[in-house]
Amino acid sequence: MTGVSPIPASQPEGLTTIEPIRLPRSAIFVDAAVIARRNLIGIARTPQLLVFATIQPILFVLLFRYVFGGAIDVPGVSYVDYLIPGIIVQTVVFGATSTAVGLSEDMSKGIIDRFRSLPMSRSAVLGGRTIADLVRNVFVVLLMIAVGTAVGFRFHNGFLPAVAAVFVALLLGYCLSWVFAFIGLTVADPESAQLAGFLPIFPLVFASSVFTSIQSMPGWLQAFAKVQPITRAADTVRALTQGGPVAANLIWTLLWSITILAVFAPLAVRRYRHG
Amino acid sequence: MIDVEGVSKSFGETKALVGVDMSVPAGFVEGLLGPNGAGKTTLVRILATLLAPDAGRARISGIDVRTDPNTVRSLIGLAGQYAAVDERLTGRENLVMVGRLYRLRAKLAKVRADESLERLGLVEAADRPVKTYSGGMRRRLDLGASLVGRPQVLILDEPTTGLDPRTRLDMWSFIRDLVAEGTTVLLTTQYLEEVDQLANHSIVIDRGVVIASGTSDELKARVGTDLIEMELSAAELDRTTAALRGIGCGTPIIKRANSHITIPTCVPVPDLMAAVRILDNAGTVPVSLGLRQPSLDDVFLALTGRSTDDDGPSTTTPTSPQPARSPA
Repeated sequence: MTGVSPIPASQPEGLTTIEPIRLPRSAIFVDAAVIARRNLIGIARTPQLLVFATIQPILFVLLFRYVFGGAIDVPGVSYVDYLIPGIIVQTVVFGATSTAVGLSEDMSKGIIDRFRSLPMSRSAVLGGRTIADLVRNVFVVLLMIAVGTAVGFRFHNGFLPAVAAVFVALLLGYCLSWVFAFIGLTVADPESAQLAGFLPIFPLVFASSVFTSIQSMPGWLQAFAKVQPITRAADTVRALTQGGPVAANLIWTLLWSITILAVFAPLAVRRYRHG
Repeated sequence: MIDVEGVSKSFGETKALVGVDMSVPAGFVEGLLGPNGAGKTTLVRILATLLAPDAGRARISGIDVRTDPNTVRSLIGLAGQYAAVDERLTGRENLVMVGRLYRLRAKLAKVRADESLERLGLVEAADRPVKTYSGGMRRRLDLGASLVGRPQVLILDEPTTGLDPRTRLDMWSFIRDLVAEGTTVLLTTQYLEEVDQLANHSIVIDRGVVIASGTSDELKARVGTDLIEMELSAAELDRTTAALRGIGCGTPIIKRANSHITIPTCVPVPDLMAAVRILDNAGTVPVSLGLRQPSLDDVFLALTGRSTDDDGPSTTTPTSPQPARSPA
């Protein structure tokens, strides 16, 4: 029954000196690009997810433009021009939560063991995931601008500020992706990741200037709404697309984004390494 | 090529590995045998740099897995029972991705991916998403992915668990080819037949401790006997068991479920002839009757007093005779 005979113990080891390998500095970029490509292929091959991700903000646009919008009074601009900048920010923030779901999906499957057993950059799995989600956010933001334009939204402040507005929103979304990366690595499964992602996002999105002016909120809520990053980002995008003072909100948004990134990127990488 | 010295690993109160030693020369296939929960996967994960040992040292080609994991990673290939491939990518995309992450240039990664696909018979399915693959195809792709880096050491964690007999034979032949090319293999399995077929040497691990090591013949010799095995009609089982008392050199094992009697014997041929005379005098004609070497299942029972499947799924293999494993 034995199909193999033992090799005699005198078998030469055949050992050549192994050169220790050091990952090149470019490894993080090459590997993140490889992983991002893999994730984007995954996103493109699950169109139902992309459809759900875009239907939701479209419904919000229609709901607030045609149902609630008439009852909401905002100072200075038409409601659709107030709403769409808010929707753009809401979209990138919701889009960022998909980082949690995608990563926890990876973590619950054998593929993560494959990645960890390869001589690749440790941060690339996270970098590739957040970059892929950023690319997806670009697509969804452009779609929302198209939908917004169809229901009457217009850029009133010129081309470059409009580009800057999109850039600011995407930057916040990207930095938030690292928060959700950390959440995705911390929770047990994709379903929990979905929930754990949305819980902190709901109060942030709704207690903000995304849909309505915060002036109408009670004082205590206004105090929160005024300083939090989503209000700052929505007001920045609004000012950049519609005109008005930009500097303070822009600086606050950039500070928020960088702070979030600086705190959560190391946390997420640490969690990935030791997870 | 693989050197493990005194490796221990605990998870909370659970001691997964306790002072495990193992040394695998280049070009060898080392079997790592044990039931579910024995600690096999923990050892695999330590060697694959996925876990750090609490104590002891593990080296691949002389490189410590803890101090220089990236070099170790460039030397090893890992394939396992959970096919670690991306369902949404095609087979080819999976292999090119892994090749890139082995630090191959894009062009070479493509070439290696094609080689792997060819080798594992996946050329036709290469451009289909993996979610359309059968379980056996996924497992072959997983093995293929571990090969694109041309690893010196292949770590296989239960590579055929849950596969149908046909696919298992295919996997065995792929593994044999790799060994013929000089790859060193650590083969983890619950299928004792697999070690018999593929491994030069094996260690048996139980509850984190190495309880035996040797060639599969040496391990079988630990049982110290051959076995007379016969199948009877159910009605004749008790009467014949009584009549055969005194034959052999150990306690016969009776399996009522399929009316099997297994009798350990120290003098196989005389005992078999004696048994035949007794059966003949009683006018009993067994459904089957034969002499066999103990399987590694029998060895595990002899070493631990427990059957390998006390805490795991069935360990019977498609080509091995039904092993005797009821408590003696």
